[in-house]
Amino acid sequence: MTNMESFTPIASTIGGLLIGIAAAGLLLFHGRIAGISGIAGGIFRREPGDISWRVMFVVGLLAAGFGWHLFFPQDYAVGIDRSTVALVVAGLMVGIGTQLGSGCTSGHGVCGIGRLSKRSTVATVSFMITAALTVFVVNEVLGGSI
Amino acid sequence: MKVKVGAFLGGAVFGIGLAIAGMTQPSKIIGFFDFFGDYDPSLAFVMLGAILVYTPVYRWAIRTWQRPIWAPAFSLPTRKDIDGRLIAGSAIFGVGWGLGGYCPGPALTSVGAGSREAFTFGAAMLLGVGAYQLFTRIREGRTGRPADAQAAAMIDG
Repeated sequence: MTNMESFTPIASTIGGLLIGIAAAGLLLFHGRIAGISGIAGGIFRREPGDISWRVMFVVGLLAAGFGWHLFFPQDYAVGIDRSTVALVVAGLMVGIGTQLGSGCTSGHGVCGIGRLSKRSTVATVSFMITAALTVFVVNEVLGGSI
Repeated sequence: MKVKVGAFLGGAVFGIGLAIAGMTQPSKIIGFFDFFGDYDPSLAFVMLGAILVYTPVYRWAIRTWQRPIWAPAFSLPTRKDIDGRLIAGSAIFGVGWGLGGYCPGPALTSVGAGSREAFTFGAAMLLGVGAYQLFTRIREGRTGRPADAQAAAMIDG
């Protein structure tokens, strides 16, 4: 049933605004798109002079998680039942899929749609549809645990 | 130095935004796609909030700025065509997202928070990213030209 007991409209909007501010800052100061999969992928491409800002962005993400969890550990609760095998398969698919499709939720879903990019809009529709189908299969067919 | 500090701050603000938004909780991601269960529209509010800030800044910057503050030029995606790789890659990503409940940003920042699940997912994700980039480099080395024009020039995000 839809009773929306976990819906957090205000916190999610505030968090979204912060993500937008971070992405806007990266554009204005670095001239870069704040796509996490693109930033991470670039570390592995090892272009001279194009690595340190990427590493520092990822270190910032990690530091935020470390600092925030000291005060709000509940914000990192998993809340779903996934085996190690499922997490590994999921991680591999996200890693390969985002490189092949050149973007993820941030690069396509926020920055790309924000730039009114047709490519990113198509990509976002594509990953939203398959994510919804996957959740349907896991929750309705497999009983919510895999 | 300032470029590195700026990138660090960008990542930190992004990570805190993800946590406040609830996006570091896989149950909220799954809730967004769970149309037959306890539906949670939060993800849409996160994306709308971010786009609300990003779009006006982006449009103002590309119209009136000659260059970004710390770089000689903007590095923005140039491709406009819709190809199979874009759709197929995104489709594969979506399956992984629905399966694990993490996309790349929340996964990485949750590793910093010490989440064992995020670490398992994140290690596999980086293995996938690294394997793809290595494969691309090997192909480029063999043909002597960029096998992945997208990666060589500019990717979308």
